[in-house]
Amino acid sequence: MCVVSVEKARGLQTACTTPVAEGMIVETESEAACETRQFVLEMLLTDHPNDCMTCEVNGDCKLQDLVYDYGVEWPEPNGRRHVYPIDPDPNPFVFIDLNKCILCSRCVRACEEIQNRDVWSFAFRGFETKLVAGTDQPMLDARCESCGQCVAYCPVGALYDKMSVGLGRPNQVEKVRTTCSYCGVGCNFDLNVRNGEIVRVTSAEDAPVNGMALCVKGRYGYDYVHHRDRLTRPLVRAKWLPDVEERVTEGEWTLVEVAEKRAEPTVSGNGAIAGDAFIETDWGTALDVVAGKFAKEKQAQGGDAFSVFASAKCTNEENYLFSKFTRQVLGTNSIDHCARL
Amino acid sequence: MTNSIADIAENSQCIFIIGSNTTEQHPVIGTKIRQAKRHPESIEGRHRGAKLIVADPRRIDIADYADLHLQHEPGTDIALLNGLMHVILREGWHDEGFIAERTEGFDEMKEIVEKYTPEVASEITGVPAGDIEEAARMMAENRPGTLLYAMGITQHTVGVANVMSCANLQMLLGNMGVAGGGVNPLRGQNNVQGACDLGGLPNVYSGYQKVTDAAVQEKFENAWGVPLSGEMGLTVTEMLDAAEAGDVRCLYVIGENPMVSDPDLNHVRYSLQQTDFIVVQDLFFTETSEFADVVLPAASFVEKEGTFTNTERRIQRVHKAIDAPGEAQSDSWIVAELAKRMVALGAATLDEDAPHAGWDYATPADVMDEINALTPIYAGITYRRLEEGAQLQWPVPNEQHPGTPILHVGEFSRGLGRFAAVDHVPPAELPDDEYPLMLTTGRVLYHWHGGEMTHRARNLEAMYPEALVEINPKDAHNAGIEDGELMKVTSRRGEIVAKAQVTDRVEPGLIFSTFHFADSAANFLTNPALDPQAKIPEYKVCAVRVENAVAGRRQGNLIGQ
Repeated sequence: MCVVSVEKARGLQTACTTPVAEGMIVETESEAACETRQFVLEMLLTDHPNDCMTCEVNGDCKLQDLVYDYGVEWPEPNGRRHVYPIDPDPNPFVFIDLNKCILCSRCVRACEEIQNRDVWSFAFRGFETKLVAGTDQPMLDARCESCGQCVAYCPVGALYDKMSVGLGRPNQVEKVRTTCSYCGVGCNFDLNVRNGEIVRVTSAEDAPVNGMALCVKGRYGYDYVHHRDRLTRPLVRAKWLPDVEERVTEGEWTLVEVAEKRAEPTVSGNGAIAGDAFIETDWGTALDVVAGKFAKEKQAQGGDAFSVFASAKCTNEENYLFSKFTRQVLGTNSIDHCARL
Repeated sequence: MTNSIADIAENSQCIFIIGSNTTEQHPVIGTKIRQAKRHPESIEGRHRGAKLIVADPRRIDIADYADLHLQHEPGTDIALLNGLMHVILREGWHDEGFIAERTEGFDEMKEIVEKYTPEVASEITGVPAGDIEEAARMMAENRPGTLLYAMGITQHTVGVANVMSCANLQMLLGNMGVAGGGVNPLRGQNNVQGACDLGGLPNVYSGYQKVTDAAVQEKFENAWGVPLSGEMGLTVTEMLDAAEAGDVRCLYVIGENPMVSDPDLNHVRYSLQQTDFIVVQDLFFTETSEFADVVLPAASFVEKEGTFTNTERRIQRVHKAIDAPGEAQSDSWIVAELAKRMVALGAATLDEDAPHAGWDYATPADVMDEINALTPIYAGITYRRLEEGAQLQWPVPNEQHPGTPILHVGEFSRGLGRFAAVDHVPPAELPDDEYPLMLTTGRVLYHWHGGEMTHRARNLEAMYPEALVEINPKDAHNAGIEDGELMKVTSRRGEIVAKAQVTDRVEPGLIFSTFHFADSAANFLTNPALDPQAKIPEYKVCAVRVENAVAGRRQGNLIGQ
């Protein structure tokens, strides 16, 4: 695709290997160059599945764009075609469909030159040339660290994020730029949101710290936010609550069985709610219990009665407020977090 | 970090990593280091064949890319660093100009370092003397050089001395305050830097303004409209002791899980049981929540607005993408609601005329305005600038300031850089007849901290579903443990059962495990001995013994039958 016409040069030149010279006149969209590109694209299509309707990257595919831009018609079936198994690799992160691979080598170069992990290469010759991990092994056996850099650089749908298959195509998602919640490197990426759900994380070239690079946790570790274990209402032990039996019976509050390793049953033999049973309450009640108890302890003992664990996972603004709350309202400097752990 | 990630990747001629499993814990920095190291020819000025030296007791992944791997024994960092400095001084490779102009305490340091000939250092560290000589030469010949460290340096009873020793080496080589140089701690958690910067510490307000400084105290009293304590608060490790003694009656735990992440978990459990009232605020019901009186549901990072500060002091935006599930609320909403209620109950009397006494914030930007007003290093970091794409690394003393990518240029923050004369001190607990092996702890690529998030990320969990203990084939053979078998590890404080991973990543005499899995967390075993200054526990060294847990169980079953 990189062929160009150079004045006074014989035939077309490959732009990626021809050094620039003084006075050189280059035409990138000459008729000859365009015809060659059309021919190359047609050749690629003869061995490419015609499944854009269901392809994950429809609308975000370099091949599709070029075929459109150069007005190439889908060729009549003609000659040999590859039939590779779809998604043959057992790794949980990278979906592989070599039927769509156009052998551009972007994944090979991304892994070798950017990631420096050398997982991908081309094996075999001629028409049999294909992309392989290691010595045609599963990716994880080829020392893959599951960073997904190859997926990020794949121009077509040959390598895709396995967790996101079927969850939304580029035109169906909204992208929200944010900063990663794992380590302290501070990678930026785009959360791909569809119907209130994070369906994919994609890297962003203009991310200041990391560029296109992400790690396995950043790119593939986002689904915890949707885990069914997420807490959705405040929990308070029954002993701190007024009129528990009544309000649970009325359905205002709920007795919950949380997965905790306690010997005591939450309901005693006579059906009464045990004092240390967790009750799902409303915010007003839970906050009143905490504020009431804190106020009482402060009156009795002063600020020394409290210790606060702040969080290295919370935002700067939140940590400032934790510090303010501890010092201004609770009246102690005993606030710390896991910086040492 | 004194320097920036990109600066190291582009400008360092020698990268010295000590006590950081970079490719697993800071994978993208690992990527950048491999780029700097691997390609001798320059492509777009980025691949340029920097030297890479890795000092780590284990054969960690990044060591495979290194020019030199110094496999020193855990807890011997000072001896190794002093050995390197000995060679540099002996050969006259130190930067005399830098030392004369920018530092003090050189002679005292030199006196101590003179004892650490490569042979003496080798005796203590187990690193061949020739490798110490070679590493020193590599550092001297390839300047500027950078030093990267993480908790392999800090989680020792000599953590502070270790850090000072790292600074000694870099000052000796004149590698401070220059592009491609510096002493660079890689911070572990997404916003551990920000939590420290914004006052989540017992000795300082936001921006490291000391609570014991009367002028600072007065400034915050005037701002917040209330008398404040001038006494240092308790650290995490001290809080639990105070709770156990009954002095601390209420614990408010926000987004932390001490029942997994703190040392000597049996002791933590007892302390939590003794505490009168515990509030836990988190995304999930954690191991610590089991001891809570009230559990408050918090919003995750995709459900709120704000900023994080990364390991290179860069402040970056966090944007809300979706709503929090159910009634979960952001931590700032929760803490502001508690504050307002307590004030209403008369628990704190605030001077209403004070400029920042109140708790009515409409957005995180309002909180940042208050941070700007009270925190000199964050004074110029505004939402307006961040939204415009400004890349700001603190200190940013005003709104016109471009930020500070490299610290200590021209002058150290304390004026002259002080060489600290530090001697090797062995770890608090070393192997003996009863506990003949050394345990060191760390983390793995697929999990993160207490695992509250990664255990619930289905494919990360699928990749690494259970705790593993790395053990050398020799020790495994001696204990009758095969690869993949369950082994029992016992220390003076507790025991865990976990699967053996027989590997030469660890040397004979050393085993390695993680604290990611609550039931077999290495922190049942770790020693709570603290660095006297930093109060950091010695997670990197304790004494243990191992046995085959399956054999024991089989035997038990037979007896039972």
